[in-house]
Amino acid sequence: MIVLGIETSCDETACAIVDDTRAIRANVVLSQLDEHRPYGGVVPEVAARAHLHYLDGLIRQALEEAHLDLGQVDAIAATGGPGLIGGVIVGVMTAKAMAAARGLPFVAVNHLEGHALTARLTNDVPFPYLLLLVSGGHCQLLEVEGVGQYRRLGTTIDDAVGEAFDKTAKLLGLGYPGGPLLEKAAQKATNPGRFELPAPMKGRPDCDFSFSGLKTAVRRHVEQLGTPTEADVADLAAAFHHAVGQSLLDRCDRAIKAFKSRHPANEHGGGRHLVVAGGVAANTYLREQLAKLAAKRGLTFTAPPLALCTDNAAMIAWAGLERFRLGQTDGLDFAPRPRWPLDPNAKPMKFAGVKA
Amino acid sequence: MPQALTLDLPDEAATANLAARVGRLLRPGDVVALSGDLGAGKSAFARHLIRGLGDAEEEVPSPTFTLVQTYDLPGYTLWHFDLYRLTEPDEVLELGWEEVIHDGVALVEWPTRLGPRLPADRLELDLAITGPDSRRATLTGHGAWASRLGRGFEP
Repeated sequence: MIVLGIETSCDETACAIVDDTRAIRANVVLSQLDEHRPYGGVVPEVAARAHLHYLDGLIRQALEEAHLDLGQVDAIAATGGPGLIGGVIVGVMTAKAMAAARGLPFVAVNHLEGHALTARLTNDVPFPYLLLLVSGGHCQLLEVEGVGQYRRLGTTIDDAVGEAFDKTAKLLGLGYPGGPLLEKAAQKATNPGRFELPAPMKGRPDCDFSFSGLKTAVRRHVEQLGTPTEADVADLAAAFHHAVGQSLLDRCDRAIKAFKSRHPANEHGGGRHLVVAGGVAANTYLREQLAKLAAKRGLTFTAPPLALCTDNAAMIAWAGLERFRLGQTDGLDFAPRPRWPLDPNAKPMKFAGVKA
Repeated sequence: MPQALTLDLPDEAATANLAARVGRLLRPGDVVALSGDLGAGKSAFARHLIRGLGDAEEEVPSPTFTLVQTYDLPGYTLWHFDLYRLTEPDEVLELGWEEVIHDGVALVEWPTRLGPRLPADRLELDLAITGPDSRRATLTGHGAWASRLGRGFEP
């Protein structure tokens, strides 16, 4: 079984082909192509026409890399949301057109489900597992019980983790992208305990996140310092890592308790994994901290390789394949969904701040 | 002549109050331009405003990554933009800008990215950090907002 997937929901234009032996036959991401490398994904593909301009070529390239023609593909999947509506429409329309022209099934994939199921493509992780999804745009803790079955334990009430990294890096004058630059700076810290930053939400009974206040706390230190020296920046970067780590660990630990009580480990390997997905999983410090926590709680720590943690189409093709082999396809009347929660029953969280 | 008004906000509750007052003035076609440094509370202000008008428990995530988040409120759709990542003003058209200024309400962070597309009729709100939790808000009414601001904030 071979599925072609298309991703156009935010900054990336991407196409990939996977099969049911969990082989990635092709995985093409526009910003990773040589001619686009100078931009490094910094410039968002706001323009639907930019996706439109490149998508045909990317699909052709993916088929060439996989040595396949469209006749050998069993289904076409595309991100149907959530995301920027213009981009999503381009991906969905292209997939529908291909499906209609070739008489192939069409599968609309939730972008977040793509992230959520990647660990099954890369590591064959059995259901159920606990997922921490941490990226530039998302920060959620989810129980992944099956294809299409999610229970959201927590989410951010303001900024996502990746966003906190980017904005803190900017406050410290480090540039973009914030994650790697902040991590590099933190490694040079000579006095990592010098600045105290709050670990947001630590000790709260739920599993929600908040990172907006942390950014403001960093700002206050920068203002007090006037012009921070390189040593100041390094120490602040270390303090930031520590605070984010403390917050993530506290939130995850709570989620692990809830997950284990609902999903005791079973003989099929279910209930045994903590999976981390999203670009933030590339951060060595946070990865180590989370791996330690998983070990302490008797869970296996799994993080897909970085190229499959950031936005890509292999995850869309794979989620499409998982749905397709369960007989879940979509009609050509599917309407793109700019908002599409994985767990429609999740209770919106209350804001930590004061109400008017 | 633009009308300006400066308010000292001692804590987040005061910010929330101001957001609720501004929210009550809004009607379809309005544009509110939010400015202030990183961490000044632009998104927090927007969150209070949106919750004041709709569901008090509405999720209002940061629009930084997605560039825009929309909310169906009683009477109109509110679009919460963060234009920081735009590289040129015309890109905003791709985000549905013409539809917004026709019958929606726009809360815009980083409005300077709009360049010449910044509407003449607009309410500007600038937040300055004056302490750990305190802020100073400066509201400026441009065009038709000059008189609306005065009426809206009469004691």
